[in-house]
Amino acid sequence: MAETIVIDPLTRIEGHLKIEIKVENGKVIDAFSSGEMFRGIEIILRDRSPEDAPMIVQRICGVCPQIHGTGSVFALDEAFNAVPPKNGRLIRNLMLSANFLQSHILHFYLLSALDFVDITAILGYKGMDSKLIKVKEWVQADIDAGKKDAGAPFLPRYEGDFYIKDNDLNIHGIASYLKAIEMRRKCQEMLAIFGGKMPHCQTLVGGGVACRPTIDNLTAFRSRLSEIKTFIEKTYIPDVIAVAKQYTDYFTIGKGVGNFMCYGGFPENDPKTEWFLPQGLLIDGKMEKFNPDNIAEFVKFSKYSSPTGLNPYDGQTVPDYKKDGAYSWLKSPRYNGKVVEVGPLARMLLAYLNKSDSNITALIDGALNALGAGPEALNSTLGRHAARALEAKALADRMEGWIDEIDLNGPVHTKYTIPQKSKGKGLTEGPRGALGHWITIDNYKISNYQAVVPTTWNGSPRDDNGVLGPFEQALIGTPVSDIKNPIEPARVIRSFDPCLACAVHVIDVEDDKVYKFKI
Amino acid sequence: MLITRKKFLQVFSGSIAGLALSNLWLPKLLGAADVKNGKGRLPIVWFQGQNCSGCPVSFINTEYPSADEVLIEVITLEYNPTIMAGTGDVAVAVLERMASEEKGKFILVVDGSIPIEAEGNYCNVGEINGKSVTALEWMQILGNAAMAVVAVGTCATWGGIPAAPPNPTKAMAARDIIKNKPIINIPGCPPHPDWIIGTLVHVLKYGIPALDDLGRPVIFFGPDKVIHDNCELRQYFDAGQFAKDFGEKGCLYELGCKGPIAHCDAATRGWNSGVNWCNRSGGPCLGCTEPTFPGGTGSGLYEKLPAVQVPGLSEINANANTIGIALGGAVGVAIAGHAVARAISNKKFNKKTAQKENIKESDSDNAAEQTNTEGEGK
Repeated sequence: MAETIVIDPLTRIEGHLKIEIKVENGKVIDAFSSGEMFRGIEIILRDRSPEDAPMIVQRICGVCPQIHGTGSVFALDEAFNAVPPKNGRLIRNLMLSANFLQSHILHFYLLSALDFVDITAILGYKGMDSKLIKVKEWVQADIDAGKKDAGAPFLPRYEGDFYIKDNDLNIHGIASYLKAIEMRRKCQEMLAIFGGKMPHCQTLVGGGVACRPTIDNLTAFRSRLSEIKTFIEKTYIPDVIAVAKQYTDYFTIGKGVGNFMCYGGFPENDPKTEWFLPQGLLIDGKMEKFNPDNIAEFVKFSKYSSPTGLNPYDGQTVPDYKKDGAYSWLKSPRYNGKVVEVGPLARMLLAYLNKSDSNITALIDGALNALGAGPEALNSTLGRHAARALEAKALADRMEGWIDEIDLNGPVHTKYTIPQKSKGKGLTEGPRGALGHWITIDNYKISNYQAVVPTTWNGSPRDDNGVLGPFEQALIGTPVSDIKNPIEPARVIRSFDPCLACAVHVIDVEDDKVYKFKI
Repeated sequence: MLITRKKFLQVFSGSIAGLALSNLWLPKLLGAADVKNGKGRLPIVWFQGQNCSGCPVSFINTEYPSADEVLIEVITLEYNPTIMAGTGDVAVAVLERMASEEKGKFILVVDGSIPIEAEGNYCNVGEINGKSVTALEWMQILGNAAMAVVAVGTCATWGGIPAAPPNPTKAMAARDIIKNKPIINIPGCPPHPDWIIGTLVHVLKYGIPALDDLGRPVIFFGPDKVIHDNCELRQYFDAGQFAKDFGEKGCLYELGCKGPIAHCDAATRGWNSGVNWCNRSGGPCLGCTEPTFPGGTGSGLYEKLPAVQVPGLSEINANANTIGIALGGAVGVAIAGHAVARAISNKKFNKKTAQKENIKESDSDNAAEQTNTEGEGK
């Protein structure tokens, strides 16, 4: 007899996510992933000046605002016919990559580590590190005082035989967690050096950026990058490998659909034809060239009554929150009808298979060697964590080159005039995967705005053929040792780094208007 | 309940609102929180509505004190979905325990707006007895149980991004939902970590800080914190040198800077450990701390403040409130008038004028606030 388990809210992700699973004989046999929050940002954009879009869409997500701003300015470059000067492209790349590093470090430590590291190990700490002593005394004093909330927010948690038993490793994990708080803060500072502030930078504009590079800015940026790079090399990657060695079963648990897609991340030229993270797909074991016309969105199980199977260019969105059988506000985007996974794993695999960057190839070979695993092990819960850490390293290496290419006296912005009528698209890669923004301008205003983002791909519900989305497929077969403490499925979902605020953003609840996106 | 709504309003309408309120409030709080002589920690339930998580991310961007110091020494973070270990039922159980067993003993921090359309079903958080619970229901449950509310970020303070026209989900601010508890508003998109932590430490050590008419701590958002008055690009404004395109040297007024109507100390505090701030970066101030943010159609983020259209000093002063209303109830509109005056007359700035205009500003604040409140129901 199957039992149904609901995990709601799934915390330590961005946004509001509900996971419902059916468990039989200790394994997940069915899964449903549902987005739980809606704002209607694309509707809010309508009739505003196109220039406002990058600032508004950053507010889709406070963890990864930079990619929304970047997708949006790519769309504006095209719509305004304003090719950014080289400095504009480089500074955009540097800001976005700083956000990648922040997001990846945040994800492994603050969002994921508590599924593995045993925080209570701190009570046995006997070392001299002042921060760790402080944490120990804090937890101990609250326990001694009989407080129910001792150790909050790190306790309560799922209880069971789930956590690392090696106390030295746990202590090291807690120390790394504390260090990660500082490192990700410095990533934010790095971005703010050009962006003005983080989250939600000020300087992303169509045609380039609004900030000027100066020698002190570049030096301050480079200094932080060097420190963060050391952290990635000496702490982040070794920590991922250390956790992986404790949980080798997660090299098979959470195995994904096996199809991967990348739109191309970090342009190396403008107009954009070459990317640092190469564009392409891996479908049924074969490499394919990417063609945006092959994207269609299905809605049989989504809370929309509009036609199904449309390309986002012609997409329609008619909300119907009481639709029979529908269980998510996410649509089901598919590529040539196929389910695809997006994100760091997709990008690293495609770069590895393309042999596009010798550094990436060496990094992946090195990690697989350290783990004694083959490339097939990457398609897993741990593979996603490993790919994210290796991507952080590859990116940090490339960032130094982008700093070197900046011309201190060169222009940063190409002047534009807002066209009366135009359109543009920005397809690129964010920390969580492939992201696309489409804008249509009419009478100098936004007439339509559409965004299809990473978690729409990964967190999508079943498509019209009943084929499960990537989260759902990865959950099937996941063991659940205690239905009251379902930590295993939570680990699988967190490995994707879900961002629900990003995934669900088109909704009109006022009336049943049909919104067409023809671009 | 500690104080009646009537008493609360009376206290808040006074110019030294915070001081008076903290006297009513602090002893009880300290007892409840087990805080002695300003030591101990504030119990916090941090609830998230229609948010982007930018507020908690900004919160952990704090440099001094570090985020871990805050968790260990300033607050007890009972619930925060972005950071807490507990998930699913374990997380919901924390909210239920706080609402039933810790009544009146915690501060409810809210980020994100609360949608009321579709019976609140556009934002759901967790299940109780197999039934989804809306953010609206949680706000009522937790609002009733909390000692006081701290609304963090522009979505929770004024409605922010989700409430921008046409407000598709009827997104509301915390103060629109919770009417019977003291509310401190810390706006900003996101707010600076110093504003959040500074306010919490003030509450812990000295009681509620002095608040302005919009419930904002004056130490961070007061009338002397207008961006335009503290802007390092002010010299360019006074010299009449305006940037005409992004990346150019000069005052950002022509590129749409909302500094003249924006209240916060970002210009002097700096963002992200002080490495930069909005106007220094070259991206004009968006006025993200104001009820006008992100504004409706017709007041674009990069459009010059409408005030600059007004052709002459005397007319501007006469129309200051009208300009504010046109902006959707902006506060500090006389400052906008002043900016226009400078732009047009291009004379050396004189201190007497500044003082006069600061006085005018507090008058127009009241007028603008009233206008704004009336406008909310529409």
